[in-house]
This record gives sequence, structure tokens and C-alpha cells, in this order.
Amino acid sequence: MDHTDAMSSYWRGMRTALPFLFVVAPFAMLFGVVAADAGLNLFEIISFSVVVIAGAAQFTAVQLMQDGAPTLVVIVSALAVNLRMAMYSASITPHLGHLPMWKRVLVAYFLVDQTFAASIVEYEKRPEMTVPQKFAYFMGVMTPICPFWYLFTIVGALVGEAVPPELGLDFALPIAFIALFAPALRTGAHRAAALVAAIMALSFAWLPYNLGLIVGALSGMMTGADVERRAGLPADRRPGA
Amino acid sequence: MTDLWIVIIVLGLGSFGLRFVFLGLVGDRAMPDWLLRHLRYTAVAVMPALVAPLVVWPTATNGETDPLRLIAAAAALVVGYVWKSLYGAVGAGAAVMISGAWLPF
Repeated sequence: MDHTDAMSSYWRGMRTALPFLFVVAPFAMLFGVVAADAGLNLFEIISFSVVVIAGAAQFTAVQLMQDGAPTLVVIVSALAVNLRMAMYSASITPHLGHLPMWKRVLVAYFLVDQTFAASIVEYEKRPEMTVPQKFAYFMGVMTPICPFWYLFTIVGALVGEAVPPELGLDFALPIAFIALFAPALRTGAHRAAALVAAIMALSFAWLPYNLGLIVGALSGMMTGADVERRAGLPADRRPGA
Repeated sequence: MTDLWIVIIVLGLGSFGLRFVFLGLVGDRAMPDWLLRHLRYTAVAVMPALVAPLVVWPTATNGETDPLRLIAAAAALVVGYVWKSLYGAVGAGAAVMISGAWLPF
């Protein structure tokens, strides 16, 4: 593997991912704002973003902690939100599974929605890429995304302290989640899953320990899987969508 | 939030585990179809289940249903669904909430 080839893959990945900066920065800021609003200090907020590095799961955890949910429920719910990462991992393994272990650890840590999406599209478009080129491309994609996730979390935490309460900031999180899942309601199965999940979560909201969330989520997943199976829909090639 | 650090560390390890499980441990062996079929709907099931009670019974109003927040949620949902735009949806929801802060309805 030629060094120049890897470098050009790296730069190509970085150029491709540059627009994601405009998606990641405001979302990271929003996390900083919401976490500061929930009473976390700056060190706790930045640790959250560096250690967990998963927006939706971080939002889930902060919201549930604010509601006083038991720690186990907080962790299980946030991990459930992150289950799609296992799909990404499965999907990218044929491309990067041959890397040395330390590089696979690195890829796993940086495997988020945007790095996965940008990389898998490129790998499928250019099957002639070598494994080192694919790794370089992935690291290129990561560069304008992950460091800025940390950076803008801090910015958000600092800005958050300055936002007046009458702006209804408590509602930033539900809005952020709606904005995340609404564009993903692509098929009847997705829409059915979301609808059943919402209705069941409301119906079982009286359960202790936020278990209504788990009932809702499991019902939604079973509904989506069932609708897909009955309709005989072709297997969706995009995991986690 | 006394258990905050437990959440951060366990969630960090768990999230890493989910990302690493296939890449690092399973290799490229196939997963069973029924599992993939359920995994495909995790995101669109977990998030609505989390959001629905927050929209209908907001924390800030002590659980009393608030028309402004219902409208903001509906605006975000419609814009996000129709235009497939994350930031369009955030903008629509925020616009409703901000106008609600100054308009007397």
C-alpha cells in the first residue's frame, strides 16, 4: 500500500464529510445546552461527549436522569437508542474487518451515524479500494465530525447558561428527537413502528421505572418487523435506518 | 444525579461494545434475519416511545398538556417527515416555541 494513495483517500474522505460539520456542530451545541440546563457541570458534559460519543443516547440519558429514572433504566434505554450502532458495526465489518486490532478499536470508537453513512456509500461505490485506503478514508471522514462533536458540546454548555427559561428550552430535547426520527419514517413498517411505540408508551406511562418506554419501544420494534415480514418487503440494505 | 459517572462510564463502555461487537469479535458471519428485522426498527421505535409522554405531559408544565408544545411537536414532525430535514424540523419546532414565548396565546 502506497502512502500517497492513503493520503489522497484521507483527504477525499475529509472533503466528503465537511458538510456534516454543519449538522454535527448545532446538534453538539444542543446537547451542551440541554445538559447544562439539567445541572451538569462543564467537565461532566465534555466527559459525556468524549466517553459516549453518541448524540441520541446522550440526550436520552440526560432526559431520564432529569426525570429521576433508576440508573439501570437510564443505561438500558440509552443503549437501546444506540442499538443501531451494532448494525453499523455488522455492516462495515466486511470492509474493515481485516484491519489490525488497534485500528478496529479506533474505527469502532469513531463509528457514529455520519462516519458510517459517508464511508459505507464510498466503499460500495468503489469496491476496488484497498483496506488501508478504506481505513484512511474513514479517518478522513471522522476528522471534520468527531473532534467538532466535543468542541461544540463545550460551546453549547457555555451558551446554555445564558438562555432565559421562558424560551421553553425544556422542549429542545423532544424537538431534537422528533427531528431525528421523522425523516427516517420512510416505509409503512417504519411509520407503524413509530406509531405503535408512541401509543404504547403513552398507554403504559403509569408503569414505574420508566418501563413504559421499554414496553413502547419493544412493541414498536415488533410491529415494524411484523409489518415488514407480512408485506414481504425486500430486506432494507441500509441498516439502522 | 449522584449516579452520573456510573451512567457516563457504563454507557461509554456499552456504546463502544455495540460498535465493536461485529467489527472486532464476530467478523463477517451473517446475523439471523429475524434479529436484523427487529434491529432495523430500533431507532424509529425507541425515540417516539421516549418523546410521546414528554410531548403530551411536559415536565415544565408539571404534566399538564400544553397546546403550544403540541403544536411545536407537530410542526417538527410534519416538516421532518415531509422534507426529510433534521434542521428544518428543529427550526420549525423552535420557531413555534419562540413565538409562544412572546405571543400571548
